[in-house]
Amino acid sequence: MSQFPIIDTDVLVIGAGGAGLRAAIEASALGSKVAVITKSLLGKAHTVMAEGGMAAAMGNVDDRDNWRVHFADTMRGGQYLNNWRMAELHAKEAPARVQELEGWGAVFDRTKDGRILQRNFGGHRYPRLAHVGDRTGLELIRTLQDHGVHQGLDVYMEHTVVGLLTDSGRVSGAVAYDRERGRFKVFHCKAIVIATGGLGRAFKISSNSWEYTGDGYALAYDAGAALQDLEFIQFHPTGMVWPPSVKGILVTEGVRGEGGVLKNKDGRRFMFDDIPDNYKNQTAKDEEEGWRYTQGDKTANRPPELLTRDHVARCINREVKAGRGSPHGGVFLDIAWIKDKLPNAGDHIKRKLPSMYHQFKQLANLDITTTPMEVGPTTHYTMGGIRVNGDTQMSTLPGLFAAGEAAAGLHGANRLGGNSLSDLIVFGKRAGEFAANFAKEHGAASIDDRQVDAAAAKALAPFERGSSGENPYAVQRDLQDMMQELVGIVRQESEMRDAQERLKALRVRAEKAGIDGNREYNNGWHTAIDLHNLLTVSEAIAMAAAERKESRGAHFREDYPNKSDEFAAFNFVIQKGATGEMTMQRVPIPEMPAELKQVVEENK
Amino acid sequence: MLTFRLWRGQSGQGQFQDYKTDAGEGMVVLDAVHAIQAEQAPDLACRWNCKAGKCGSCSAEINGQPKLMCMTRIDALPMDKPITVEPMRTFPHIRDLVTDVSWNFEQKKRIKPLKPRKPDAADGTWRMQQEDIDRVQEFRKCIECYLCQDVCHVLRDHHKHEEFIGPRFLVHAAALEMHPLDTEDRVEELKDAFGIGYCNITKCCTKVCPEHITITDNAIIPLKERVVDRFYDPISRLLRVFKS
Repeated sequence: MSQFPIIDTDVLVIGAGGAGLRAAIEASALGSKVAVITKSLLGKAHTVMAEGGMAAAMGNVDDRDNWRVHFADTMRGGQYLNNWRMAELHAKEAPARVQELEGWGAVFDRTKDGRILQRNFGGHRYPRLAHVGDRTGLELIRTLQDHGVHQGLDVYMEHTVVGLLTDSGRVSGAVAYDRERGRFKVFHCKAIVIATGGLGRAFKISSNSWEYTGDGYALAYDAGAALQDLEFIQFHPTGMVWPPSVKGILVTEGVRGEGGVLKNKDGRRFMFDDIPDNYKNQTAKDEEEGWRYTQGDKTANRPPELLTRDHVARCINREVKAGRGSPHGGVFLDIAWIKDKLPNAGDHIKRKLPSMYHQFKQLANLDITTTPMEVGPTTHYTMGGIRVNGDTQMSTLPGLFAAGEAAAGLHGANRLGGNSLSDLIVFGKRAGEFAANFAKEHGAASIDDRQVDAAAAKALAPFERGSSGENPYAVQRDLQDMMQELVGIVRQESEMRDAQERLKALRVRAEKAGIDGNREYNNGWHTAIDLHNLLTVSEAIAMAAAERKESRGAHFREDYPNKSDEFAAFNFVIQKGATGEMTMQRVPIPEMPAELKQVVEENK
Repeated sequence: MLTFRLWRGQSGQGQFQDYKTDAGEGMVVLDAVHAIQAEQAPDLACRWNCKAGKCGSCSAEINGQPKLMCMTRIDALPMDKPITVEPMRTFPHIRDLVTDVSWNFEQKKRIKPLKPRKPDAADGTWRMQQEDIDRVQEFRKCIECYLCQDVCHVLRDHHKHEEFIGPRFLVHAAALEMHPLDTEDRVEELKDAFGIGYCNITKCCTKVCPEHITITDNAIIPLKERVVDRFYDPISRLLRVFKS
């Protein structure tokens, strides 16, 4: 018998953001007993920070839109490394998932004829993002939370999972502790859904919350599941750059969707200077056409500010490095200029972008209705993650599922804005459904007490070392500085090799991390536990980034600035080797069926 | 160097302790707390999450005022004397700056969820006009920081946690009651189980709301009117007598 209390359930969902809650709702609706574990309080997950909207080809604003165009946009944005089956399911199912939220209480902005309004976003051919001003993520999470609590989910708030348990090659449970008191619990279950989001806290400048320490990736990896595409980290082009303490906080792409433009210090709209070939016939010829596009003119093409995030981020980086940036090391994002075009522009901006108005007013003392913002790239999203089956979301470890940012595949080498929230609800639902089915078809596996004891002992080790050990905050800070500098937006071989060496040294320091005090709500202890996860994912990123000797999507190599056909044919898949070392292999991408190839062709 | 006077202690026991740290340009109170954690007090307990004013986790009382630590700029506070940071006092204390807010999650479960009318169109979709949802969208801006609950004297001073659900959940009830699709009725619970009568509209909740929701005027007063219309209006009372 385990020395800790055991909680029996059918499906265990780790993470209570959009994907986790949607999975839990689905599994519960199918009759499974469901437990949800979340590191923070319910409703606080990183999903709340999503701003612009969720992409779904409903065609409410432009009836030329349909799943085929959405699919083609997603594949083009992902540079064809995507799991095409996921991209297909996502494009087909997103409209129904968004509509369903309305019946659960979500209140989206409306079109004049009373339907769900949709807005323009980077890389989407037509206005496609259902939204609520610039707080769409909050609307999503609150809707799911309020719907879920009436469905009888058992929610374990402020709990952290420290290890997954396996039995004869499948998952059997997880060990967690409550952050409030530091007491361990064993969750005994038939299937697990990992919905823990991403890893942005491995970098210094990040739009991500503290929770984003790569826990789900590391838990899955340590349990034997495969990861893929970890070299693809999205740097969102527009994060705040000033004041220093808010550096990295997101400035929604919605600003550009509503007509905001990027300028360098000379006032030049530099995005017109570099338009990639595969987007040339979809991009506005001049500023006037770009403006008409943002105002709903169906004959106009999008302004270059709405090119994909990887490209916009690199252009901003280039302007700053060439000395044409703003005073605090960014460029200017100007929405105030629309007063030349619209009456009552100030009120219009406040209504369309209330959080942005608020955020700049309060944190930077700047009025975005009169003054341009300063923005620069910030670590935002992980395209890679746990390798899953496109239909079921099951990982390579039986019984272990993943959804949302924790899973890889949908976004390929670069994610389009708005495809994340829709990802959460489409694949959250699928993961919940297939996890519930798995739980029904398979009985409970058994808990191995040795695994439980080992996980708990490892978690408690920082207390044994006490304050004479390494300060966990210092190790975390040094890791973030190093990753930002060496594995950031522009990469090269020598830096990546250097990073791999430094990660070894940081690993040694992390294993000596110590903490004083007791187990009750001890943030230093929590940070010491996070280090293993952060280091594991950083090692995987550096390994894959060093080996992908080309530039594609979010992965840009200064020493290999072009795309290479050789690297278009496979994903890098990372797994724990027999002796505990990290191994990587090239796994070919299956050929796209003829029907989907045709969809791509007809939308070129 | 600035002095931060932080509450340290456990389960209600504790005292202020002073820490000195630098205040960089544009820094917010949460930055200072993090700096103290990283350099001086690694086990300092503090709840936070997004650090962008969107999740409502880092609620505290700063110089005695209920605020989000992540949205309170240090240069907006008097810097010639110590800046005090203490946990929300209306809820049970856990440790240092962290309180147990689970009572709030229990209250929400008591409020009946949305019961939408039948879809308006054959494809299962609804039609709503923007002007009909503006008010509901205002309420749905709520980030559940519970600062309104913290400052509400019915809860804070009179401890009516059994009888009164507090401003946050009156806003939640209002968002449902005024939702154009909703067909549920919550008026009786508002009067009895949720204790709306305890609110005597001092508007303290409205003043502290970081999302600037006009809690009292737009949510609570209209709900009070619905209760009055239903239960205290003499004509409808008379009609009810005849009906029964």
